[in-house]
Amino acid sequence: MSSRFERGAWRVRRDATRTTRHALLLLTLTACERENRRFSENPPTAAPTASALVVSQLQPGPAVVEPKIEAPYDDNAWAVSEGKALFNAMNCSGCHFQGGGGIGPALMDEEWIYGSDPQQIFASIAEGRPNGMPAWKYKLGTQQIWELVSYVRSLSSLNPKGARGGRDDHMMVKPPEASTPQTKPKMASTPPGDD
Amino acid sequence: MLARGRTRCAHHCWRGIVAIAVVTTLLASCKGDREREPTRLALVARTGPATTGGDTAARFTDDGQWVRPGKDFQGTRFSGLTEINNQNVHNLRAVATFSLGTTRGVEAAPIVSGTTMYIVTPFPNFVYALDLTQPGLPTKWTYKPRPVNASQGVACCDVVNRGLVVDNGKVIFNTLDGRTIALDAATGKELWITQVGNINIGESVTMAPLVVKGRVIVGVSGGEFGIRGWLKGLDENSGNVAWTAYHTGPDKDVLIGPNFKPFYKSDTAKDLGVSSWPPDQWKIGGAGVWGWVTYDPELDLIYYGTSNPGPWNPEIRPGDNKWSTTVFARRPETGEAIWAYQVSPHDQHDYDAVNENILVDMPWKGQQRKLILRPDRNGYFYIIDRQTGEVLSAEPYGFINTTTGVDLKTGRLQYNPEKATRTGETVLYSCPAAPGAKDWQPAAFSPRTGLVYIPHQNLCMDEEGVEPNYIAGTPYVGTNVKMYAGPGGHRGLFDAWDPVGQHIVWSIKEDLPVWSGALVTAGDVAFYGTMDGWFKAVDARTGKELWKFKTGSGIISQPMTYSYNGKQYIAVLSGVGGWSGAIVAAGLDARDSSAALGFVNAMKDLPKKSTKGGMLYVFAL
Repeated sequence: MSSRFERGAWRVRRDATRTTRHALLLLTLTACERENRRFSENPPTAAPTASALVVSQLQPGPAVVEPKIEAPYDDNAWAVSEGKALFNAMNCSGCHFQGGGGIGPALMDEEWIYGSDPQQIFASIAEGRPNGMPAWKYKLGTQQIWELVSYVRSLSSLNPKGARGGRDDHMMVKPPEASTPQTKPKMASTPPGDD
Repeated sequence: MLARGRTRCAHHCWRGIVAIAVVTTLLASCKGDREREPTRLALVARTGPATTGGDTAARFTDDGQWVRPGKDFQGTRFSGLTEINNQNVHNLRAVATFSLGTTRGVEAAPIVSGTTMYIVTPFPNFVYALDLTQPGLPTKWTYKPRPVNASQGVACCDVVNRGLVVDNGKVIFNTLDGRTIALDAATGKELWITQVGNINIGESVTMAPLVVKGRVIVGVSGGEFGIRGWLKGLDENSGNVAWTAYHTGPDKDVLIGPNFKPFYKSDTAKDLGVSSWPPDQWKIGGAGVWGWVTYDPELDLIYYGTSNPGPWNPEIRPGDNKWSTTVFARRPETGEAIWAYQVSPHDQHDYDAVNENILVDMPWKGQQRKLILRPDRNGYFYIIDRQTGEVLSAEPYGFINTTTGVDLKTGRLQYNPEKATRTGETVLYSCPAAPGAKDWQPAAFSPRTGLVYIPHQNLCMDEEGVEPNYIAGTPYVGTNVKMYAGPGGHRGLFDAWDPVGQHIVWSIKEDLPVWSGALVTAGDVAFYGTMDGWFKAVDARTGKELWKFKTGSGIISQPMTYSYNGKQYIAVLSGVGGWSGAIVAAGLDARDSSAALGFVNAMKDLPKKSTKGGMLYVFAL
């Protein structure tokens, strides 16, 4: 009687342990996917090459496919949050607000006038764009611009979810980046002066 | 405690809470069909003295023309034409159209001088001269000023232009990139170009100039960019800057001298433009001019108001912040300040004081007085003695909870401390919202009815101060805003206001903000447009809708009327945009309720109701 009871209890305990173990494993695995932490690395110093300035999809003759440059901070939650702080401190938010746009175009939608690739966004920030976007390369360093690039990409969920902001310290004006649905970037088909 | 609870609530449950002179002959012709006896009112000297110079004097009496956006120096937007009246306006039909070739918000008025209609468009500020003598109004000439593209980056609220002026055979207008340009009205040839603004310190120019006594009066936009606001007087013939009056800084820069006699003590002390700011903050204190300038030829004074102080977040700038949100009276030839009255000292909510000062002579408490009628952004309808700057009355014409009234003894606006804007705290339900109970859209005054026709909005907002950072050429605001409809749920109103009785006579509720100007005629018809494109005519005495026409895009411009060959025409420009319509004109994303300084949240449905456009419509019987 008592031994059977004890065996039953043991089985329950073993099941519980297994469940816990599975849960832990799952947690570990998902946690791994959350963010790839890199604790010691040099800041990116390289700005994208001149190819970033190509804004036409039409090339005469056989097209040259430029290698896509990875954004160094797309998967780095800390750098993305630094990008957000810069976005507000450098008054990007004064024109683009929290992504919906105003003086400058919306950044959280699917439309990209000058492209959504990291090097294209880098070029938009560093070199400026003709219809009102200031050129920031004399004010911000390469690392800061890369942080901004990844924050801007996070506004339409183009970077991994784990690195995107989950809450805002200010008045709630939109869903956090972590819960913004990802959009498929499209090149704007309106002329830049009419965006 | 309540405020704290509310603040916490801001992050979780705000939505739930929110749910919550005339010409005496005209007077004589007044119809007696109004219940109340028509008030005895007179426009100032519609037959202005010859000292006003130029060919403008003669035009005071010519209702066939419309040579400046406000129609006359007094800014009445009243026309004596009567062919189109409240009995036949329902027969109005479109007789001509013209595409402006632009798709941003059109706030300008068409201007008619002689047999030509002139129009300035939003950026890139094309100027068209259309021939009224030919069927279909063909173009006589087109002028392209080619403003710097980058100037679009320092235009806070769409890339608008509020109109041009014709004077002495010249067309004079401003460009977004800060130039004042004079053209030969007959040929479109450039006469002079003066660079008055600098985009690299956030300056742009959107207002219509006023020409008075050979002076072109021009002000600067950029209260959201940390500018140091100014008004300039340019020589009409050479374009040379004759004077510059700053609106912050020491008295000598503000052109305050021995003849400056403000009515209230709080406006009287040396160098208030410095001492009412934290050290050096006045150098980036805003106080631009982008609204309306009116002129009294008898007193020889121009009247205008200055914009909000910068940044919006008031905690950054303790003090009255003079001379932001201030009505000034100045001499047009020298710019010398004669009096000033600060409407909203230490502004909390972006209540610019740029709204029109309509100049009317009328009896006040038994005595004939020279007055300013002024529906201010802060929600009060001010009656000010324009000789002295004394506020005689300030009654609410919209829903207000940010202030409790105006103390007529001291002239001080009384703030409600519960609605004060604070850094890091969200204050819910502040009314009126940042664009005020009325923004730039000018009201009209009919001496026949004695009423002021006020196009305006009914919006409230949640507001949070944040730390701003001054970087020249970029926005300097420091406030998060989220707007929504005020009590009643309607976002717009077209009201007839009795300035003598200080009350609303009739009111038309509109779903969308009424962002167009008003026009009223001696035919007792008032006109306005809606942001979904309806151009409407209503009975000036009853508010009854008499006619409407659907234009291609939303209307946020200034309707006008003129006559050619003895026939009366009504004209309006259609093209949605401006601050309120930026969601359409600039294609903004409504998921961010702070977009376009928070206006997008109140206009989420606009893209379903209007598309971009830019078109002139001309109507006749």
